[in-house]
Amino acid sequence: MRLVLERFTHNALALLAVTTLLFFMFRLMPGTPLAAFINENLNADQQQAMLEQFGLDKPMWQQYFIYLANLLQGEMGLSFFQRRSVMTILLEVLPNSVILTLTSLIIAYIFGVLAGAWLAWKRGSWIERVAVPAVLATRAAPEFWIGMVLLALLSFNAGWFPSGGASSPGLAYDSNWERIFSLDYLHHLALPVLTLALYLQGLPLLLMRSNMLEVMHEEFVTMARMKGLSEWRIVIGHAARNALLPVVTAFALGVGLSMGGNVVIETVFSWPGIGRLLVQAVSVHDYPLAQGAFLMIALVLALMNFVADLLYMVLDPRVSHGRKG
Amino acid sequence: MAERADAVPPARAGWPLLPVLRRMAAMPLKDPFAFAGVLIYLLFALVALFADQLAPIDPMEILFTKAGKLAANVPPGAEFPLGTTNLGRDIYAQLVYGTRSALAVGLSAAIIVATVGTIVGLLAGYFGGTTDAVLMRIADMALSLPFLPFVIVLTGFLGASTSNIVLAVAVLLWPSSARVIRSQVLTLRERAYVEAARVTGASAWRILFVHIAPNILPLSFVYAAIAIGWAIITEASVSFLGFGDSTSVSWGMMLQDAFTSQALSRGQYAWFVPPGICIILVVVAGFFISRGYEEVFMPRLRGR
Repeated sequence: MRLVLERFTHNALALLAVTTLLFFMFRLMPGTPLAAFINENLNADQQQAMLEQFGLDKPMWQQYFIYLANLLQGEMGLSFFQRRSVMTILLEVLPNSVILTLTSLIIAYIFGVLAGAWLAWKRGSWIERVAVPAVLATRAAPEFWIGMVLLALLSFNAGWFPSGGASSPGLAYDSNWERIFSLDYLHHLALPVLTLALYLQGLPLLLMRSNMLEVMHEEFVTMARMKGLSEWRIVIGHAARNALLPVVTAFALGVGLSMGGNVVIETVFSWPGIGRLLVQAVSVHDYPLAQGAFLMIALVLALMNFVADLLYMVLDPRVSHGRKG
Repeated sequence: MAERADAVPPARAGWPLLPVLRRMAAMPLKDPFAFAGVLIYLLFALVALFADQLAPIDPMEILFTKAGKLAANVPPGAEFPLGTTNLGRDIYAQLVYGTRSALAVGLSAAIIVATVGTIVGLLAGYFGGTTDAVLMRIADMALSLPFLPFVIVLTGFLGASTSNIVLAVAVLLWPSSARVIRSQVLTLRERAYVEAARVTGASAWRILFVHIAPNILPLSFVYAAIAIGWAIITEASVSFLGFGDSTSVSWGMMLQDAFTSQALSRGQYAWFVPPGICIILVVVAGFFISRGYEEVFMPRLRGR
């Protein structure tokens, strides 16, 4: 329990540090934060009144605490360009990002774990000699480039998938849920998920393979072999179960990491998620929106780091005793 | 197996730098993957060096046909090996010149990451205490920044230049190398030959840089090789998103150009496939080299 609290504080402090860094980074940007609101027709007095209205006449440290207090209440201000609450905009696109990330990760990890276990079993064969460098190459390829090639082949050339967006124009739905569970949405989701899954499968695959190779030499596997269990039962029932622990932790970390990495995939497929929102906000200098999107991604990252820490403790009891900090 | 035993150089009198360097230079000959990686690096280095000779056409020049019309979207052929862009630029020339900016980005990021990571790791590991705590908390913070979003925000606001991208990549990558190097220093610090140096009255700085640092060198090298790949991928991604340096010819800029000018729907594979293959080759070469060094010098770190 003490350890759980320790990990929580650790991750929360890291998030606070990121938030602080972000506040000062945005403040040091060229131009006042009000640039988009201040009109050339306003005279000096009116501009001053506006600064006061937004609290920008207060000292920096005071502004910082107001900012933190607002954040805790989920208040991130108004988008300069959409003139709507940043929080509303973020919550609108968040489900799209979460669905994209989770679907891809689940597919990637199921495939990666099975293929990794199989490759460990095939150790020393020519399949391994070809497969391992090939998997490394998928990890080396820029995500957006995989997306571009798949788009050209499967969408523009073969015409099997739409080339972007999350739904066909002209379709209307009664609720967001109905939209998400529609065939049209799934059809749009397929290609981005395929791209992301192709990129993500390498890590669980290599991890599973090397864990399996290590576990296969441990005593309980030798024991199972001496009991005369079939090779298949040894692999699935004994070795794989133990080799899976680090993969589960990697999955939780993967959720946090790929939320940030989705920036490029979402742009390639014009997928209306949080990453694409960040890119658009930065390119039009919409500071509050960019800040909000960045913080949302950082929050998911910190949260998933914490979950990974917890999983690590729960799944591997050795950790909670032996590991310090 | 015989090599595994002396994974960490034995305690011998004298300066360990030379033997370590000799072993580092010999490593690629022992590991076929690392050998392939070194070959790939050499090949790209040669292309970057002789770009002017390999591609006589200026990559940004707008070309015209003999009839005086814009040579746009010319399919690959004898005159233009990879065809031309929609604005009549030679794709092959862009690919060749892109090697220069890729290597510049990769190498400068790698040098910064390896230098900062090594120095921080050495200081934190050797001195411990407050120095260690402060440096490692800073590292934790940098590690909790979302990678690409941070680079985008930084380059989006500080200005789209290659040096800003390199800076952002360096800020994000030094902590992982510093952490691993720190833990290696922790074990080296307790070794007999370091103890011996201490007893003979060597100063802390002398022990750190003369006795410990040379043994850390292979690790710094591993992280430099990884950083090259990361920096190139990041530069490509950032350029692709439109925050890159628009004045320099890079593989990322080529991909963005192809994407925004509908090369995908026209099926101009010769435009956007080669830059991606080049990126993969350079990054994979880094993976192979770092794997090779890990296997030979740090057998216990394998699989991490």
